[in-house]
Amino acid sequence: MENTASTIAETLVASFSSVPEQTSLVLLHSNQPDEVIRYCDLELGSIAYAQLLTQAGIIPGEVVILILPHGKDLIYSFFGAILQGAIPSIMPFLTEKLSVDQYRTSLATLFEITSPAAVITYPEFVSEVHLAASGAASVRAVLVTTQLDALAVDPLHQLGGLDRKPSDIALLQHSSGTTGLQKGVALSHQAVFNQLAHYASAIRLTEEDVIASWLPLYHDMGLISSFLMPVLLRCPLILLSPFDWVRAPVRLLQAVSRFRATLTWLPNFAYNFCTQKIRSRDLDGLDLSSWRAVINCSEPMHWKSHAMFIERFQPYGLKSSALATCYAMAENVFAVTQGGINQLVNIDTIDALTFTSQQIASQVSPEHPQALPMLSAGSPIQGTQVRVLNPQGRELPDRQIGELAIQSDCMLTGYYRRPDLTEKAFLDGWYLTGDLGYKAQGEVYVTGRKKDLIIVGGKNIYPQDIERLVNDIPGVHPGRVVAFGIFDEQTGTEEVVVIAEMEHSKQNELESSPEYWSQAAAQLSLEIRQKVNRGSDIVLSTVQIAERDWLLKTSSGKVARTANRAKYLASKFPAG
Amino acid sequence: MTDQIISQLNEYITTQITKQPRAVIDPNAPIITGGLIDSFHLVDLSLFIEKQFGVYIDDTELNADTFDTLNQLAALIISRQTG
Repeated sequence: MENTASTIAETLVASFSSVPEQTSLVLLHSNQPDEVIRYCDLELGSIAYAQLLTQAGIIPGEVVILILPHGKDLIYSFFGAILQGAIPSIMPFLTEKLSVDQYRTSLATLFEITSPAAVITYPEFVSEVHLAASGAASVRAVLVTTQLDALAVDPLHQLGGLDRKPSDIALLQHSSGTTGLQKGVALSHQAVFNQLAHYASAIRLTEEDVIASWLPLYHDMGLISSFLMPVLLRCPLILLSPFDWVRAPVRLLQAVSRFRATLTWLPNFAYNFCTQKIRSRDLDGLDLSSWRAVINCSEPMHWKSHAMFIERFQPYGLKSSALATCYAMAENVFAVTQGGINQLVNIDTIDALTFTSQQIASQVSPEHPQALPMLSAGSPIQGTQVRVLNPQGRELPDRQIGELAIQSDCMLTGYYRRPDLTEKAFLDGWYLTGDLGYKAQGEVYVTGRKKDLIIVGGKNIYPQDIERLVNDIPGVHPGRVVAFGIFDEQTGTEEVVVIAEMEHSKQNELESSPEYWSQAAAQLSLEIRQKVNRGSDIVLSTVQIAERDWLLKTSSGKVARTANRAKYLASKFPAG
Repeated sequence: MTDQIISQLNEYITTQITKQPRAVIDPNAPIITGGLIDSFHLVDLSLFIEKQFGVYIDDTELNADTFDTLNQLAALIISRQTG
């Protein structure tokens, strides 16, 4: 899988001409026939979008936002933008539960930060995009998938993408929420290709591999591992929609069995989800023996999730050697480390006491009464170095827990148009991940997080975004709200808890009647749930209405997330 | 019959999904578009319905076009039980 081309457009064009008939992707749909996309189909489909952008006067180097359901148009418009020389960025698609107002606010934020020149969307959503774009002077064109119908594709269309330099920005990738949208991770062509070369070698990618995925393309794991890598390195990709997978997780296993897929990337919760939510009768006749690596990535990895997955699917041919791990982040394009390829994932058993009291991961036997098993994330991929730093920024020795910092040849160019945020992210040339962990025998173990970020099902959720939503609800005492995550073993991911204090005046009236208070609290908690569920990508697990002054504040008057999380856990599970 | 099904659905959703065992869901309130349950719980709901009522709801039907309220869901269950 040699690659000599230096930009995405050059690589694509080389594949169009040398392997036009080769299958690049197979799109699976739950109630429509499969769609096979060969490189020649990809060429025609993408060039049509490149032409559309050129006709709209889009200049290479400008940002194009894609808001499309999972499918052919999303793929073609993404590569079309790249071929045209534009910088694509995929925005998550509006879901059934998300409030339209909230989504429009997010779009407006995204437009403000990235100053896109164009948006490509589908007909039903066009008026929404126009509304959101009304305040954004940069948006010169809102293009619709149906405009292609009237377009005569010119295969000789001048592709501005071929003039891009390896150091130019190839694409932007965002996390969701008001906070996440501020940080558009800008990646150069060179960074993307360095990552792909090193990562393909870490996972021993060969021409025999077939990748199966249900991951969304707006997230780094889906976009890089299960979209760009296979398409650019000519490895067939079987792609399901996340919408279909979440309603029928068995479809992924059916795809693996049917297409003899060898590689899949999953966030930790998906191991639990597949284990718990598939009917046994649906597994009859499936053969999972082709799966050589199922790679756990993008949220804290738990050994129990691996154990339940292997127990459930071993009878269908799943090999225990297939379980693998990866530590990744969009800022490094994707992978930082990779573990469990051609060997079992290391489990390091450490002493839970020295871990919590001294921040040291001392190895103990699995029989030790305080044994805490940690799943290794593997070793850094080539070209990436990982250090563990103390709060003063000094490097720590093996087995001491500190902040993970990375340096690599596939680092982001910067947060798009936010040099202030980019500067803050680095210390002496090392990118500060905000994750905590330790190193042992050359492998990296991620143990927690320094920042208050919550990761739900692989999605980054900023607690301040959730708190902001709750804060606006009448009856909630302004500024007296906290949101945090708690790992749930059953679901294999973090569940989000909100604690809010009820407004003083309301409480005074109700103080005399506990029944009244509990009714009002139930009502308020329902309102909080609905507001957050419709205003963010997550669904709240627990809402607690607290009495006045329940929440702890820092000396500077801010609600202290860590302290309140500890208080909540202590009240839920009283000591002793 | 409808009331009984609605009450069982209500109990399942409030105890297992939203974890607010004392809450009562308005049978005409949208539970999918209203954000009460998200897509990750739709498959749980279909597994529960199959076990409890012997009715199969295909994954392609797990969306607000097929049902969005407990009333609609109960009607769907009854129509499949009798149909």
